[in-house]
Amino acid sequence: MAADIDNILGKYRQGRREELIPLLQEIQAAHGYISEEAIVRVGSHLGLSTTKIYGLATFYDQFRFFPAGKIHIKLCNGTSCFMNGSKAVIDRFREELRIEPGQTTRNGNFSLETVTCMGGCHHGPVIMINGEYHIHVQPEQVPELIRRLKYIIDND
Amino acid sequence: MEDLKTFLIQKVLLFESDTLASETEKVLQNVRRDRTNVPVIHVTYNSSSIIAGSDKTLSAIKSYIADNQPSSEVVTVGCAGPANYEPLVCIQMPGKNRLFFRNITEEKVEPLLNGVFHSDINEDDLLGQSGEKGFGLWPGIPFMNELPFFALQKRVVLNNCGCYDPESIEEYIARGGYRTFVKTIRHYTFEEVCDIIERSGLRGRSGGGYPTGVKWKQALTTPSNSRYLICNAKESDPGSFSDRAILESDPHRLIEGMAISAYAIGASNAVLYLKSDCNHALERFRKALDMARDFGIIGHNIYSSGYNLDISVKVEPGAFVCGEETALINSLEGKRGMPQLKPPYPTASGLSGKPTVINNVETLMNVPLIMQNGPEWFRGFGTEKSPGTKILAITGRGRMSGVVEVEMGTTIRTVLEDIVDGIRDGKDFKAVQLGGASGTFIAEEDIDTPIEFEAMREKGIVMGAGGFVVIDDSSCMVDLVRYYMEFIRRESCGKCIPCREGTGRMLEILESVIKKPANEESGTTLERFKGVMQLETISQVMKDTSLCGLGQTAPNPFMSALRNFREEFEEHIFDRKCRANVCRGLRTFTINVEKCTGCTVCAGKCPVNAIYGTRLQPFFIVEDKCIGCGICYDVCKFSAVIVK
Repeated sequence: MAADIDNILGKYRQGRREELIPLLQEIQAAHGYISEEAIVRVGSHLGLSTTKIYGLATFYDQFRFFPAGKIHIKLCNGTSCFMNGSKAVIDRFREELRIEPGQTTRNGNFSLETVTCMGGCHHGPVIMINGEYHIHVQPEQVPELIRRLKYIIDND
Repeated sequence: MEDLKTFLIQKVLLFESDTLASETEKVLQNVRRDRTNVPVIHVTYNSSSIIAGSDKTLSAIKSYIADNQPSSEVVTVGCAGPANYEPLVCIQMPGKNRLFFRNITEEKVEPLLNGVFHSDINEDDLLGQSGEKGFGLWPGIPFMNELPFFALQKRVVLNNCGCYDPESIEEYIARGGYRTFVKTIRHYTFEEVCDIIERSGLRGRSGGGYPTGVKWKQALTTPSNSRYLICNAKESDPGSFSDRAILESDPHRLIEGMAISAYAIGASNAVLYLKSDCNHALERFRKALDMARDFGIIGHNIYSSGYNLDISVKVEPGAFVCGEETALINSLEGKRGMPQLKPPYPTASGLSGKPTVINNVETLMNVPLIMQNGPEWFRGFGTEKSPGTKILAITGRGRMSGVVEVEMGTTIRTVLEDIVDGIRDGKDFKAVQLGGASGTFIAEEDIDTPIEFEAMREKGIVMGAGGFVVIDDSSCMVDLVRYYMEFIRRESCGKCIPCREGTGRMLEILESVIKKPANEESGTTLERFKGVMQLETISQVMKDTSLCGLGQTAPNPFMSALRNFREEFEEHIFDRKCRANVCRGLRTFTINVEKCTGCTVCAGKCPVNAIYGTRLQPFFIVEDKCIGCGICYDVCKFSAVIVK
């Protein structure tokens, strides 16, 4: 992991403040989240205090500070999906997995995230499970879906 | 390939005369696939059609072609407009017009292609044909541009979308692309370009409607050794996707627009500020940029004109407020995306303190067309004060949805009734919401307003970036307002107090309106009434005193909903009733004595012990105790619980 961060930092040699966000984005793309170590190293590279970096990273929705689950579920909560009933779907996921959007289950299997529009407005509610889209999702389907996903994890 | 590249540069891009030589035209016709010798299958492949399953359709088509018709070509194209017809497949047989088929999912591929290749076309999925009458006509099949969805549109900016492979720069050049840019940098000065755009009357399409030419001149006349152009592709309103569709379907015209605009303000750096999570658009745009660099369209000393340009892409890290100009600049500088007081405007002191012009994707897409056809041509569309067209992203409960482009001055009714073709599932129309999370609701009486800046401003309607949400009577206005407020409260940056506190308070009050108080004795009932009376005052204070547009426009959905749907709010507050049956907290539940078997399941699950009865006898619900959670309704196996 440390070597990874070194590689990424190497690409941003000039160490300017403008590079902070692209740097964090790249670290997140490589590791899936921003670790404490990453923040400390980015801080010493750019000459910024870690509080400043943490303050900036928490301001933006994109950054996460703990790893995503093995199965990452993105739930669309755009206007169109909302009108087609995404709230009930999101609530069902929260109840079934017992986590809030933005969190990861303790065993590290599932994580939830809500996004504002994925672009599939006519087919709402839309959810994305590890890069694969599911359309017209109804709350009743959620328990079965999670059961299937758990089965996949157990047999992996 | 290398030959074609040199040919296109020498014979097309650098060709001085406006009309090309006839041999060149012939080559371009082949590149454009006007006439083909082999069947060509076009498949829409953008984020919205991938959601509908076009990636599976594409691989099914590829494997069918490999097995049965190896001479055929498969081309991926961008979004053609109607999102509800995706995955859209277009087939061009040799010497024939293109045929469009809708909703071609994986399993429909084989029957469809079998039919087409054996001249037995399945009419069910057929939409229409495109092309000219006469040669290649399919008799008895309607033309695409005669369908109501397309007939009333004016596809000027979107004319390339869905027609060509966005990953092929050759095709874009064959369609007349990049010639305008090369001509501009070789023959016009910065001021002349600004003049042409000012004369055309192009206005910013992000909602404000500020004249683009004037903005450019402000940046150009500010003395500085470097300037910046930023293309704002951060459309983060829930439910708007037109910028993304453009980026995925016609990235090259955006590059050309950015290049011409950067030239007009004398900037040698342009930045595309893209919304996060648009990986597909990002990938396509990066590919398009690499191709443009390879052709020497951006780079150092472009075609010996002495002009240098570099375009870079920055991905926004996820904050709604970054759509605001000063917040956007802060975010590009590696700071928190918080807005600043204006003036100084970005055109005087923007990115790194240099003059910066920030334009929306749609605005920049218009620029190459104006430079190519002249300002008078552009003034031929739309109205006197708002020339041109407007792109709308239609979502919600309409029969049709997708990205459409209409002439300025078209009424909302035309869009709703003719292009969108009314409401789906036989429901009734309730409202249209324009302008995203900080936009306004438009009820039946204002629906004849034309879509143009002045008329809409007069009626207090926000145009916004083009989100057009169709709302039917299955949606509750109070709940929708609460939804938008929840979104804005989460996205409020927290810099100024009216917005930070106001959005929180408004959300709190709205949330108390959509559920019953836990008990009548405590102060909650009184608080609820007090709150409602304060909502309007809070809105006004936020509007008057917030620092940036986000806070100033945040009460818009509430205020417009209250103006148009006051009785619905009053019903929620006084009668505790939701006519659309959406607000779960206000529902009343009763038990149908005929169906109830007295199984006791509901009574056991009720969190407030509001259900009473004797085993094996019908149960009943005490309405005063019920909090409307709906658990009894969910657990009842005999459908004996009735919701009202």
